[in-house]
Amino acid sequence: MRVVVAKPGLDGHDRGAKVVSRALRDGGHDVIYTGLRKSPDEIVRIVSDEDAQVLGLSTLSGAHGSLIPIICNGLRESGLDDVIVFAGGIIPQRDRSSLFNSGVRAIFGPGTPTSSLLKFLDEAAARQSSGEPIGVGMDSGWHWP
Amino acid sequence: MALALNDITDAVDAALSGSRRELAKLLTSIENGAEPEFEKEAWTLGVTGPPGVGKSTLIGRLIETWVARGERVAVLAVDPSSPLSGGSLLADRIRMPQADSGDSVFVRSLASGKFPGGLIPQIGIMCKALSACGWTRVIIETVGSGQSEIRVVAFAERILLVDGPDRGDIIQAEKAGILEIADSIAINKSDLPGSENAAKAVQSSLDFGKGDSREVHLVSAMNNHGIEDLITEIEELEPNSRRANLRNRERLAVSWESLIFSNSEIESVLKKMGDGSLTVNDAIRHMVSSIDLGGTGDGRN
Repeated sequence: MRVVVAKPGLDGHDRGAKVVSRALRDGGHDVIYTGLRKSPDEIVRIVSDEDAQVLGLSTLSGAHGSLIPIICNGLRESGLDDVIVFAGGIIPQRDRSSLFNSGVRAIFGPGTPTSSLLKFLDEAAARQSSGEPIGVGMDSGWHWP
Repeated sequence: MALALNDITDAVDAALSGSRRELAKLLTSIENGAEPEFEKEAWTLGVTGPPGVGKSTLIGRLIETWVARGERVAVLAVDPSSPLSGGSLLADRIRMPQADSGDSVFVRSLASGKFPGGLIPQIGIMCKALSACGWTRVIIETVGSGQSEIRVVAFAERILLVDGPDRGDIIQAEKAGILEIADSIAINKSDLPGSENAAKAVQSSLDFGKGDSREVHLVSAMNNHGIEDLITEIEELEPNSRRANLRNRERLAVSWESLIFSNSEIESVLKKMGDGSLTVNDAIRHMVSSIDLGGTGDGRN
């Protein structure tokens, strides 16, 4: 799949994003990494211009609660309803259900084996091709795992 | 996975109406094999050079300067696919902060390994599509580390070769033939020691060629030095028939290769060659007779 891996907001730590990018590449995906400190508008534009099917958001600053929903809204407003969104970084359990409600389909924390990411993408792709509504702009009760 | 003809016509119309999103989708269709036709040629610049010399950073400066002059700049950034996994890590955007700056810039990353025999016929059509949608400057960026990358830039109307100080890679470039087809040559990182020597070395190598009037530009993309002069030269390039001829050679070779590797007979031919029932010459005859150029073949440029 075509995956954009993005770092929203002001945190400057992208070891995780780079490990994820590398793992997805080794899993046979085409990965576009944006680099640090992208605004929500920039990220939406990149996903659109690159015609990506998947967006991965990495944040470690604690701003996930405000940034991620803004990006999900931006995707919907730009007609990118079918993009599959996942998140990673430092995202406490208590914040996760509201992010799932915003359209995020998986959240990965520290210690996740990279094979989980690949399994998630495989399952998401299978669900999408069977017509299940799992894009960011669609009503879906499903999230990983 | 080509679209039906009226689907692709609709996709082209939607993109031509000015929708950036539709253009992005059209580029995907072309990447997947659709061959819509466009009348006008695009204004294209191929940028190539060894890894790490600052191509993306330099392109960032070209974007900045052109956008300030009122141009709309599109970049097709080609990166290699992993031969092991088939995946790719397309990270040119990181060094091009200008890429995300606004409505006058459009960057699309492409993985070279997706296409049998290289990225080729598609790149030319993508450039024309971008041009038809109002992108007045189209840049194709590739890592110049092998023959297939040279062939990608050969689809641009003008070629800029970028090198760095102290690398010795320019010698490799010369070997691979990039130096010959480049219209402009820039040594980047002029702030580092060794850059002047590198520029002199390349210049003297050029001066051996009879009637070669190309001048090496010493620039610093990071510090924004020398970029205006370089752009002026690129804008004012005169057509050069010898280099055009070399470019056409590469285009022909790569289009030919692409036809062979995308031919439906390829697997059976390879198998027969393997068990000795087909010689190389027989295989070529067999493949040539089964090649279908489809339509006028015009889209293949």
